Amino acid sequence: MKEATMTLPGTWLAKGRRKLSASLPLQTLLLLFMLLAMFGPLLNLLIWTVAESWFFPHALPSQWGLKYWYQVFSPYSDVSGSLLTSVFIAVLSVAVCLLISVPAGYALSRRGMPLRVLFMLLFLIPQAFPNLTVYMNIARLFYQWGLNGTVAGVVLVHSVHGLMYSVWICVAAFSAVDPLLARASRNLGAGPVYTFWHIVLPQASPGIIAASIFVFLESLDEFTGTFFVGAPDITTLPLLLYNASMSGNYQVSSITALILLVPSLLFMLVIHKFMRPEMLSKLGKG
Amino acid sequence: MRPSLKYLLLVAPAALMIAVLFLYPLGFSLIAAFTNDARQLTFAHFSKVYALYSSDILFTLVIVLVSVALLAVISITLSAVITLSPCRPIVRMLGFLYRLPLFIPFIVAAQMMRTFLAKNGLMNNALVATDLFTPLETVSWLGWKGIIITFVWKQLAFATLLICGAMAALEQSQILAARNLGASRPRILFDIILPQVLPAIGVALVLSTVTMMSVLSVPLMIGVGTPTMMTVDMAFRVNSYGDYAVANALGVVSLLICGALSWFYLRHSLQQKGGE
Repeated sequence: MKEATMTLPGTWLAKGRRKLSASLPLQTLLLLFMLLAMFGPLLNLLIWTVAESWFFPHALPSQWGLKYWYQVFSPYSDVSGSLLTSVFIAVLSVAVCLLISVPAGYALSRRGMPLRVLFMLLFLIPQAFPNLTVYMNIARLFYQWGLNGTVAGVVLVHSVHGLMYSVWICVAAFSAVDPLLARASRNLGAGPVYTFWHIVLPQASPGIIAASIFVFLESLDEFTGTFFVGAPDITTLPLLLYNASMSGNYQVSSITALILLVPSLLFMLVIHKFMRPEMLSKLGKG
Repeated sequence: MRPSLKYLLLVAPAALMIAVLFLYPLGFSLIAAFTNDARQLTFAHFSKVYALYSSDILFTLVIVLVSVALLAVISITLSAVITLSPCRPIVRMLGFLYRLPLFIPFIVAAQMMRTFLAKNGLMNNALVATDLFTPLETVSWLGWKGIIITFVWKQLAFATLLICGAMAALEQSQILAARNLGASRPRILFDIILPQVLPAIGVALVLSTVTMMSVLSVPLMIGVGTPTMMTVDMAFRVNSYGDYAVANALGVVSLLICGALSWFYLRHSLQQKGGE
């Protein structure tokens, strides 16, 4: 029914096409603008990754080559080291987030949960305040606790940042689970723990996997928190990108940027299929 | 054990984590901004902020307001075209294009813009190639213009996604009815669609403001010295002087700016609800 109404505008608008002939050039212009605006910076990044020398006023690099790629992917470069650190931190953050948000998501999806709205709002708070102020005070606290410049400190900061997404996605995943199946399992004599592991969790797993990917990406891309808590002892990819860019090494910073860019774009393309804007509209009304 | 208690225990770790690692530092920053070393109430940090950073605060405010205004215009235009255009290929391509930056981190966007908008960047080179400029006339777009462009470029995906979603969720029969009664497309947009998606636009813009106020990498990489954005000042204060008091006072000012914008939005939307 919903889909039927969605396709309607296409048919009625098709009838009025004659009237629209004037605005079609404008729309094409908008499309062209978006094409240039979106792909221009991407193209510039790609060119820099294969430019060996590029000076003003040359419009294109005077020397092309993969020299910097070899340099970046040599086993002794900073990049492979930071890539490992980044992935390690991201995996740990995902583990921490899941460990905390799966039980929380399950509890918040139950009807018996007291103060449900209050808790849901609590997990929204990190999105509602500028978090730089918080990060620098976390850094100060971590300094007292001896967590500054450690992997554990960075993982904690990334987990707090990712927790909001993982809790909300887990709540949605557990809310979509069919309660009758769990009841049937209990009626057949299975214990509550067995039922959770074998009946409820498998049904919620797509959502939990989505939450994990999201937390992983957020951790991989996080800059501000790592800048305050991890630097200079922990160098993740974004910090390496920043340092390389500020010291004028655009080739290394562009290659690092590309390494960070590819998973982000892939994730966008994957959920492009699943994520319809209509689903998000409820957010705006909330 | 009562089930409600069990549920509370399950939520406790997550709630505790937010409380210890977010609410506590936030409260800490508020207290640090208003007290001196002897833990007495003082406004000295704010007078220092005013003396040293008033132009930066103004700069930040202008950047954020201009970015939000541009963001509103472009994302509403895009959403309107996607919702109302009869030309399916254009709609499909726009729908794909605007989402591209959705998960691209700010630091990557900053790096791309740092090269793209530079004096020797691809944008200037393209303009020279079309004979609009000579190479000597080109100017670097880095600085405040670059910061605004980067913010709008990155936040466009998020804002358009929210606004477009709200438009798609509207009752289609209203638009059909207006169409049947002879309303033009701009009129449908301004009189029927926009009033109803105003809450979504507000949420998108307020959340974008909060994001822009907390991004450090973009002003660091795109900005050119002074004046700069408050986030850079805060990081500088902490990293160079270990001066948490003034940094936290700056943090309170940025909270106030976000708070003022949210309050403006809330008051506006409440007024509308009261009027209905």
